[in-house]
Amino acid sequence: MNTGKPRLAALLTAAALTAGLTACAPSATSTGPSTGPSGGASSDTAGQLSGTVTVFAAASLKATFTTLADEFEKKNPGAKVTLSFAGSSDLATQISQGAPADVFASADTGNMAKLADAGLLDGTATNFATNVLQIAVPPSNPASIGSFADLARPGVKVVVCASQVPCGAAAHTVENAAGVTLAPVSEESSVTDVLGKVTSGEADAGLVYVTDVKAAGNKAKGIPFAESGKAVNTYPIAIVGASRNKELAAAFIAMVAGADGRKALADAGFGTP
Amino acid sequence: MTFHMQATVGARGFDVGLNLAPGETVAVLGPNGAGKSTLLNVIAGLLRPDTGRAEIDGKVLFDLDGGATTWTAPHRRGTALLAQEPLLFPHLSALENVAFGPRSTGTARKAARESARTWLAAVDAADLEARRPAELSGGQAQRVAVARALAANPEMLLLDEPMAALDIHAAPLLRRLLKKVLAGRRAIIITHDVLDALMLADRVIVLEEGRIAEEGPTRQVLQRPRSRFAAGLAGLNLISGILTATGIRTAEGSEVAGHQDEQALPDGTGPAGTAGQPGVAAFPPSAVSVFLTDAHGSPRNSFAVTVTDLEQHGDQIRVRAGGMSADITPAASADLGLAPGMTVYFVIKAAAVAVYPA
Amino acid sequence: MDQANVGGYHGIPRWIYAIAAAGGLFVLLPLAAMAARVNWPQFIPLVTSESSLTALGLSLRTSAASTALCIVFGVPLALVLARSNFRGQRLLRAFVLLPLVLPPVVGGIALLYTFGRQGLLGRSLEAAGLQIAFSTTAVVLAQTFVALPFLVVSLEGALRTAGGRYEAVAATLGARPTTVLRRVTVPLVLPGLASGAVLSFARSLGEFGATLTFAGSLQGVTRTLPLEIYLQRETDADAAVALSLVLVAVAVTVVGLTYRRPTHPGQRSARTGSADGGWNEVAR
Repeated sequence: MNTGKPRLAALLTAAALTAGLTACAPSATSTGPSTGPSGGASSDTAGQLSGTVTVFAAASLKATFTTLADEFEKKNPGAKVTLSFAGSSDLATQISQGAPADVFASADTGNMAKLADAGLLDGTATNFATNVLQIAVPPSNPASIGSFADLARPGVKVVVCASQVPCGAAAHTVENAAGVTLAPVSEESSVTDVLGKVTSGEADAGLVYVTDVKAAGNKAKGIPFAESGKAVNTYPIAIVGASRNKELAAAFIAMVAGADGRKALADAGFGTP
Repeated sequence: MTFHMQATVGARGFDVGLNLAPGETVAVLGPNGAGKSTLLNVIAGLLRPDTGRAEIDGKVLFDLDGGATTWTAPHRRGTALLAQEPLLFPHLSALENVAFGPRSTGTARKAARESARTWLAAVDAADLEARRPAELSGGQAQRVAVARALAANPEMLLLDEPMAALDIHAAPLLRRLLKKVLAGRRAIIITHDVLDALMLADRVIVLEEGRIAEEGPTRQVLQRPRSRFAAGLAGLNLISGILTATGIRTAEGSEVAGHQDEQALPDGTGPAGTAGQPGVAAFPPSAVSVFLTDAHGSPRNSFAVTVTDLEQHGDQIRVRAGGMSADITPAASADLGLAPGMTVYFVIKAAAVAVYPA
Repeated sequence: MDQANVGGYHGIPRWIYAIAAAGGLFVLLPLAAMAARVNWPQFIPLVTSESSLTALGLSLRTSAASTALCIVFGVPLALVLARSNFRGQRLLRAFVLLPLVLPPVVGGIALLYTFGRQGLLGRSLEAAGLQIAFSTTAVVLAQTFVALPFLVVSLEGALRTAGGRYEAVAATLGARPTTVLRRVTVPLVLPGLASGAVLSFARSLGEFGATLTFAGSLQGVTRTLPLEIYLQRETDADAAVALSLVLVAVAVTVVGLTYRRPTHPGQRSARTGSADGGWNEVAR
């Protein structure tokens, strides 16, 4: 039976993580930038950093953090970075249930606040990136979308996130700001599902983050719109209170927030907070 | 207006030709695996032979010999099948089971039920009409199955050991019933029971290894069996060989003395048989005497044989040896000290051995 | 057969019970853990919210429709697989059963490329004015895709157990193949067909991955109960747990009330019908 599936899946994932079975994400990505020429200041701070740092990061950070982790390991030969990507709320739930994370990078401030309120963080979170919505259309742009208002034209199949998830909440804010009411054909539960509907050509347009459009490469075209500035999504990062290697965790956060991190994040389409 | 069939099924080594006159009932006998069920399945259209042709009263059932083949589907053949198990449809009442045939061929519901009631009455099962098959005993269910087969008004009835699954009390009842309903009806009945053949059939066919080993009027086959299987059914010892002036000579060269039957057989065939043609010698086990030493003396036959088995047979002891049987009294058996493995002499008076062409 | 149990001897070693108990617990414990997490005081308001009731209603309607489709296509498929003999039969069976082992999301992707706007058939359907994407029809298709094997497997098993002997007798009594199917085959395997339909319904009710991938998620149109649960979980864990319990309850009710252990169709008649209960094939 499929009934308890999502919850059970989360539990099983947590169990797998506890057992140290989590698979490290493959390091090869097309969007990763070349090694930053300058910088390197963060690594020579206090001699030898070693051990393993486990980073729980929002799914939208996958490409960027994979690249950064490689760089971090290169600069700190004794250190190893283990990455786990999922939706921010899933990750927050896992951490609150005791999953062994050292660093948590969320795609929204809400989930980070949840952990902070529960006293599960070490220190305060640092905002390290922003993300805004963009209209994603299939490369051929079959419905000739040019502006946000075009999305409300009759016959245009628009897919958005459901209001329960952050990207849906952002879409709602933008709708209000633009004074345009959308009649979406589907309200998906994740950005990936929205983008999937666009890249497969099922939908004429979808509201996703600019970083998602960038990551989709030539499978989707991004159309920026002014109202997106009304819903800026801020990405915070913090050390998890239960971390056993806070020094290494701090070093990783420093790199993400530093010049190397900024460059990689900018390449992926993220903005500066 | 007859039934004619000739068919081969290569994979089963089956090659049989068969004719039936209107109203004739034929019993098919033979060991397991001889092709008896194959025969019925071919006629009913449940099994497609490799070659052959069959027709019933001018209607072609199948014709696979010519360039353009003809194949009549089972439901258009009018060959109702009655199997060892009643196979009544479990979800239908006895009445609806019997009405199934007429309903399937387009009879209105009411008329079909009327017909079904008539047939149920004919098999003494009128009071069972409302019952489900699960509520019937084995004998009752088989009677209903007979009614169901007859209600379909078949041009030929195919019975595949209909009594085999019944207990000893139900079988005689059904046998009497079948004798009544098969009279004047064209039917083929497969059986293991010589009694069925005697009571129900006009003619007997013995199948062995997919081929007809012997056929003829029931009495003739039982009185003058030519196949080992039929001899077994008739309770006779059978030795085959070549006819001689005094009896037969077997393939191994031993002579069996006997008497050529002068009496004309019921079907009118004479006792004719000339020396040199294939013949058989038949004699009942009761005509065999058992000795520990050779006791020659004309006109007698004496065979040195090794005892393979002893078994109770009625109030006699049946001694099996050298492919023959002898029936002796328990006292005689004890006197002789018979045991498997012993060599004894089977002695038969020539007068007790019937010799006739094979 | 059941008679074997009459004497009370069943021949099951004791340790089997221990392992069976562990297996049962493995299934029951997570359900119990979930039930323990339900916010009972808020349970009724949570499950009777407009979105919940809409999702439940949609789930029941689409599952009923997909079960009907499963019967329409599954019965002929099972008959062909169980009764006929042709080249590629094993291959056909393997493909029909594939959704059983396929991750549902893969099924969704496959359906997308078939019935989607850019898909194999979708393009022609769109030209004919039929739009499947983002419609309730898409939900039904996704559910049918994943549920069909359950019906085919159940029914093929029932057909094979029943054997072809009743059909053969019916044919010799003069019944055309269609009459045999209607009056003999289908009634004989009705319990198997019912079990298969119930399993298909239950599977449709739980369908998530293929629907999410293929149909989208919109309240009242494509957002079935599992999708609603998945979405509620983002913001309101209490609602998600409560709805999960509702789904479990509906599934248990449907399966528990209607699913019967497939019985041997000839069992009743064989038990009393013939003295030795012989059951050998007619085509010897």
